[in-house]
Amino acid sequence: MTYTCTLGLRRYAFGDLKNLLAKASPLRSGDMLAGVAAASEEERMAARIALADVPLARFLQEAVVPYEEDEVTRLILDGHDALAFAPVAGLTVGELRDWLLSDAADADSLQALAPGLTPEMVAAVSKLMRNQDLILVAAKCRVVTRFRNTLGLPGRLAVRLQPNHPTDDPKGIAASMLDGLLYGVGDAVIGINPATDSLPAITTLLRLIDEFREQYDVPTQSCVLTHVTNTIRAIDKGAPVDLVFQSIGGTEAVNRSFGVSAALLDEANAAARALGRGSVGNNVMYFETGQGSALSANAHHGADQQTLEARAYGLARRYQPLLVNTVVGFIGPEYLYDGKQIIRAGLEDHFCGKLLGLPMGCDICYTNHAEADQDDMDTLLTLLGVAGINFIIGVPGADDIMLNYQSTSFHDALYLRRVLDRRRAPEFEDWLERMGIADYRGELLPQGDTQPLLALAGRL
Amino acid sequence: MSKPAIVTPDPWLRLQSLTRARVALGRSGVSLPTREVLRFGTAHAQARDAVHQALDVEALQGELHEAGFNTFAVHSQAADRGVYLRRPDWGRRLAPESADALAQQAPGMWPAAPKLAIVVADGLSSLATRSHAQPLLEALVPYFPELYRLPVVVATQARVALGDEIGHILGAEQVVVMIGERPGLSSPDSLGLYLTAQPRPGLTDANRNCISNVRPEGLPYAEAARKLAFLIAGARRLGRSGVDLKDDSDSHALLPDAADPPALEATPPA
Repeated sequence: MTYTCTLGLRRYAFGDLKNLLAKASPLRSGDMLAGVAAASEEERMAARIALADVPLARFLQEAVVPYEEDEVTRLILDGHDALAFAPVAGLTVGELRDWLLSDAADADSLQALAPGLTPEMVAAVSKLMRNQDLILVAAKCRVVTRFRNTLGLPGRLAVRLQPNHPTDDPKGIAASMLDGLLYGVGDAVIGINPATDSLPAITTLLRLIDEFREQYDVPTQSCVLTHVTNTIRAIDKGAPVDLVFQSIGGTEAVNRSFGVSAALLDEANAAARALGRGSVGNNVMYFETGQGSALSANAHHGADQQTLEARAYGLARRYQPLLVNTVVGFIGPEYLYDGKQIIRAGLEDHFCGKLLGLPMGCDICYTNHAEADQDDMDTLLTLLGVAGINFIIGVPGADDIMLNYQSTSFHDALYLRRVLDRRRAPEFEDWLERMGIADYRGELLPQGDTQPLLALAGRL
Repeated sequence: MSKPAIVTPDPWLRLQSLTRARVALGRSGVSLPTREVLRFGTAHAQARDAVHQALDVEALQGELHEAGFNTFAVHSQAADRGVYLRRPDWGRRLAPESADALAQQAPGMWPAAPKLAIVVADGLSSLATRSHAQPLLEALVPYFPELYRLPVVVATQARVALGDEIGHILGAEQVVVMIGERPGLSSPDSLGLYLTAQPRPGLTDANRNCISNVRPEGLPYAEAARKLAFLIAGARRLGRSGVDLKDDSDSHALLPDAADPPALEATPPA
């Protein structure tokens, strides 16, 4: 079906929904690299005007990636909840934007709507929204998940402690881990990106965190971010696996390039749930995503990177994950060129994920070949804090010495807590108080000889 | 008279001896102390400069000539750094004039079907290329004495896969691309080495073997040369490079010895 818009003397035509979505997307280098971006600013606005008039019901008839070729499309369309969709079934994309901003859309109605929205609908409406719209609507969404603590409650912000080390040295990892805990970080997860994929090394890391967690009774979960097949093997060998990590994307082909499928994720999810290691809940999956992954695997089907990112969330929600992390600035400037594009993408990802019912976090980050710096990260951090993000990343001094990129620091999290009055997960907050790391308000306390973690640091 | 302490120190400074990560930074209120903001800013500035500083091709060629190597300069289809960063695909193809020049002059400069072609490329850190390519080449000479006869291709605005086209034009059995890696905050000058057998346009990373973080503070030249020689010999035996070729050089007793290069040369291509 062709979509059209006439501006003055010029008539713009868009051959299909995929093309329309791509042309309506805010400017970014990845869509230009793919050759799917609007050719002019006016064409971009024409696409948005045409997109605003598309009925939401159309998205159930016209797939962006063919149903027959792609299991993500099949999961999205076969899993669509018509009853949940009913309240907005008669709306266009433009009307959905107005409805989302209206007072009729509150935490409860948005939660009820989530299964009725497809990723493509959500991506479409995001393309009509300004940054403040993305923030306002996301801030109304509430997505609460649980494993050994409760994440996503109103007024709360969690942080993944990311104590990476270039050679997986246990003492080096422990040093960063203790530093983070003493800064009150680690409620989302203590998650290590291993330098190696060898199973014995991964098991060693899992035991390292798990023994520490048991000894000090830390109400959090651990994860070693290795391929899902390694995690399944680790579970088979009896290793203490809390969460299953996997990078996922928005098409079957990109997931194939990651070596995963829905069936494999089903298997891993079932295996981890069967362990029953969660104390307050059993959300066991931890997904990472990022705009541009499908294009970089040449698996984008001519769709724009933001729509495909939303489709990755369509896959993620099948598993009721504990954490979904968009690693927004990691992929590089050929996909998101500068601070402006990274900031926009971070807000879009958070909005789309939340609207689809996912516990969204963001690795607010950049690489040294992107046109971005700490000031851009401060801006995105603040905006996502206002938007009610479930969790962010905590790396010592914002410098990941293993992955060679800049993320957010333990200090950044403290900044956000201070200016926005965001507290940690309640169970973790209580633990910090019991340990004498923070007071009842969550403020860090001065540390001295009586701090057990300092004694441990002295023995490393 | 001493000033009162403004910055809250972290009484776990000893953790700094266990990792290069920025631990125990202390805090000003809840924020980073001034000295750390400046230290971080300096590291980022150096990394940015490493990305954006153009490789001084003439100077590098001069240094290589002085060290006894011949050179041949080429350029990718990416005209400048801005284009290079946005269009990785253009950094993977030679500019037409470079492709023509290489094709025309290769017969006089290279033997037909050379066993090995070396490409020294700017990549994402010209600093790495300028600092480490020459000493690394010198460390490789004991394994490959013919390096003094074969021109080193110096490539600018280049991605790893540019070596595929260069190697293909030369008809080389293998190509090694020495290229500046994406700079980290604490490592603005890491050189990466990529080995590709039967190079030709259209190959992917699955066809390559990589040795990363070559620099004195990371993987030293001699060690990098040893690993590379090991991979080259392995790829010759296997008849291909990539995922099927494992870097077991750390545990391999049959490693070619720098003092015994004929052993490597004697290995017939599979």
